Amino acid sequence: MRPTSEDDLATLVRSANGPLRVQGGGTRSAAGEGELLETGGLSGIVLYEPAALTLVVRAGTPLAEVQAALAAENQRLPFEPGEMGGLLGRPGASTIGGVVATNASGPRRVQAGACRDALIGVRFVDGRGTVIKNGGRVMKNVTGYDLVKLLAGSHGTLGVLTEVAFKLQPIPPATATLILPGLTPARAVAAMSAALGSPFDVTGAAHLPGIGTLIRLEGLAASVDYRVDRLLVALSPFGQAVVERDPAAAAALWQQVRDAAPFHGREGDVWRISVRPSDGPEVAARLGGEVVMDWGGGLIWALYPAGMDARAQLTGIAGHATRIRGTAPGIPDFPPEPAPVAALTAALRAQFDPRGILNAGP
Amino acid sequence: MQMPAPDARTLGRKAAIVARLREVLPADAVIDDPVELRAYECDALAAYRCPPLAAILPRSTAEVAAALKVCHAEGVKVVPRGAGTSLAGGAMPSEDSVILGIARMTRVLEVDYADRIIKVEAGRTNLSVTGAIEQDGFFYAPDPSSQLACAIAGNIAMNSGGAHCLKYGVTTNNLLGVTLVTMAGEVLEIGGAHLDAPGLDLLGVICGSEGQLGVVTEATLRILAKPEGARPVLIGFDSSEVAGACVADIIRAGVLPVAIEFMDRPCIRATEDFAHAGYPDCEALLIIEVEGSPAEIDEQLGLIRTIAERHSPVEFRESRSEEESKRIWLGRKSAFGAMGQINDYMCLDGTIPVSALPQVLRRIGELSAEYGLEVANVFHAGDGNMHPLILYHANTPGQLELCEKLGAEILTLCVEVGGCLTGEHGVGIEKRDLMTVQFTPADLEAQMRVKDVFDPAWLLNPAKVFPLAASAGRRGN
Repeated sequence: MRPTSEDDLATLVRSANGPLRVQGGGTRSAAGEGELLETGGLSGIVLYEPAALTLVVRAGTPLAEVQAALAAENQRLPFEPGEMGGLLGRPGASTIGGVVATNASGPRRVQAGACRDALIGVRFVDGRGTVIKNGGRVMKNVTGYDLVKLLAGSHGTLGVLTEVAFKLQPIPPATATLILPGLTPARAVAAMSAALGSPFDVTGAAHLPGIGTLIRLEGLAASVDYRVDRLLVALSPFGQAVVERDPAAAAALWQQVRDAAPFHGREGDVWRISVRPSDGPEVAARLGGEVVMDWGGGLIWALYPAGMDARAQLTGIAGHATRIRGTAPGIPDFPPEPAPVAALTAALRAQFDPRGILNAGP
Repeated sequence: MQMPAPDARTLGRKAAIVARLREVLPADAVIDDPVELRAYECDALAAYRCPPLAAILPRSTAEVAAALKVCHAEGVKVVPRGAGTSLAGGAMPSEDSVILGIARMTRVLEVDYADRIIKVEAGRTNLSVTGAIEQDGFFYAPDPSSQLACAIAGNIAMNSGGAHCLKYGVTTNNLLGVTLVTMAGEVLEIGGAHLDAPGLDLLGVICGSEGQLGVVTEATLRILAKPEGARPVLIGFDSSEVAGACVADIIRAGVLPVAIEFMDRPCIRATEDFAHAGYPDCEALLIIEVEGSPAEIDEQLGLIRTIAERHSPVEFRESRSEEESKRIWLGRKSAFGAMGQINDYMCLDGTIPVSALPQVLRRIGELSAEYGLEVANVFHAGDGNMHPLILYHANTPGQLELCEKLGAEILTLCVEVGGCLTGEHGVGIEKRDLMTVQFTPADLEAQMRVKDVFDPAWLLNPAKVFPLAASAGRRGN
């Protein structure tokens, strides 16, 4: 099924007799059960006001199309969403709805916030087939409950997104990435914490195996130069950093972090672990294998032997681990929630989708 | 302002309810003396008042949970209260409700500069969060005007903003975790010191839910390193529309100041009379603040000057010292106080798309003339969050009603041009009955279903946010 309007989509959901598997570009979520419901027919930019830094776009619009339209006005989505197709071996074009449904947020999350922070409005069809809107197209809005946040990262379990609105960011004229080679995970996190705890407005802090520890600065040209100099001094205890100033070369490095590129095409499962940054090195040590660290050490992508439970190694560390690639009987992709929180989640799903037909399963 | 009729059964059981609360709380944590209760009869929306049945002031999450269990068992409504600075009536009690104030819970529980977080009890004031970390060069970014008095709990309930949220975001963008006590007295940990949620973003919907989903007793907040410096510039224009166009051009050019504040002539005049900040005599002015090292500030202000000069400003006043910076901010920060000196006023809080600014300002001017009530505009121009102040005389019969009517027209206008009823103050009781202007019945139903999950009996702050007619079937009594 591939509806071409919100009304058609609502009718389809209302009249569905069994489970529906909601899919944008099919590049992110694990395959669920039920009849395929594609959102690609709901496509196109509804409103783009560069002078207000505002975009409203239909959920099935390809991410690449959104990014191209913004780039033409020298603007971008602040949260730097990744592409998961390479990691998961899924060809296809990621959609902006899929980005929202998974709250996909890249390296700039540490400074500019996550997808859910830039998302200012949604329209969606709930499991009853009712069209619901929340938020709007303005940056500051506390009118009623914030269902916008609730829908971001809900993996299509509360409703099928039809339209999403974002606040945008101008693309700064200059960028520079400091690269510190050869640090252990513990030293890398210490360096990243020093950079993120400085007044120099770091917009990315990551650790890429084989390349080094990366610290990104963006802004007006003279300002970037000044902050590079200051950070070189502040980070000198961690060694002599190389400075990459070529925007294309730097972007390629950050794309590797964003998309967990070192694990593309490799044997093994991939886990995504969210912890407080100072626990990052302990996570890396317990998992043993190869890790990419982002968000100053707070986000860890780990390559782990197929079918094994990485989560079981992490007991006692606050945070959560999600398996992004791989399957294993008895080991769920998503982390089990404490009983009272799980009860709230189940009750919310029952309210929005009483028949349990939307992306049913984990 | 209409409120539901109080529940006679609860009123009749007052003594028994207070006695049960005294069983689970220390003696000084339960207040039922009518004179003492008057301190809790309103918040900063002081036009509406009602003494509560009782007030409780617990000192720990465990006490909050114990008290809520009692209220839940008794079927008594509970109105959570931070510092009582809500401008929307968010903490206003009803006669049959217990005020649950968390002002005694103010401790700092953890500071971690490596992870850039602070964990506090939620009764702590906004400014004293920064106070606990500024000696080490850090700060907590959301800065509502009431930050000296307002509590983090209230900031979370209303998703408070502030002048600097253009760059740093509002409360929800700086909140990582909460300890939440449900109406049934269950203690939940939502989020933590990590950056994202594992499942549904419950934290996202709790923030801004106006104390209707649970009582937040502890919060983990993101903290940031203080910039090396900040400097404002004041730019005067001979029309509001030109000032609005200048804001759009600055944003379009890719400069991202930390604050862009706007004041129109009525507001400038009143604050000059009151604060003598030395503002120019003009139709509209902008105060724009940028941050960084001295050289970075010069670079940004140079760009802003180039853009502003295309709009023929009548004045471009760049601060050259700490003293001049203070004077530039003085008038803006005294704006509400100045208005209060000359009149009673109602402060609105609608947000509009920045592109609609000239059109909305023009229409507000027309409405002001029609109603014969002066409207002064002071607002956060960078994000379109307006604060029209309607001036009236509370002692003149009929003026409050006229003012409310004009306020409703202006907020309806904000929604019509693509904006919303409230940008940072919340709905409370004040804008409750305008919700149907912005939302369809299905939109409201979806929100109320979330409350059904967290508080099935609708005992927590029940007569707020949703139009009374829409929530009637759920609220009981």
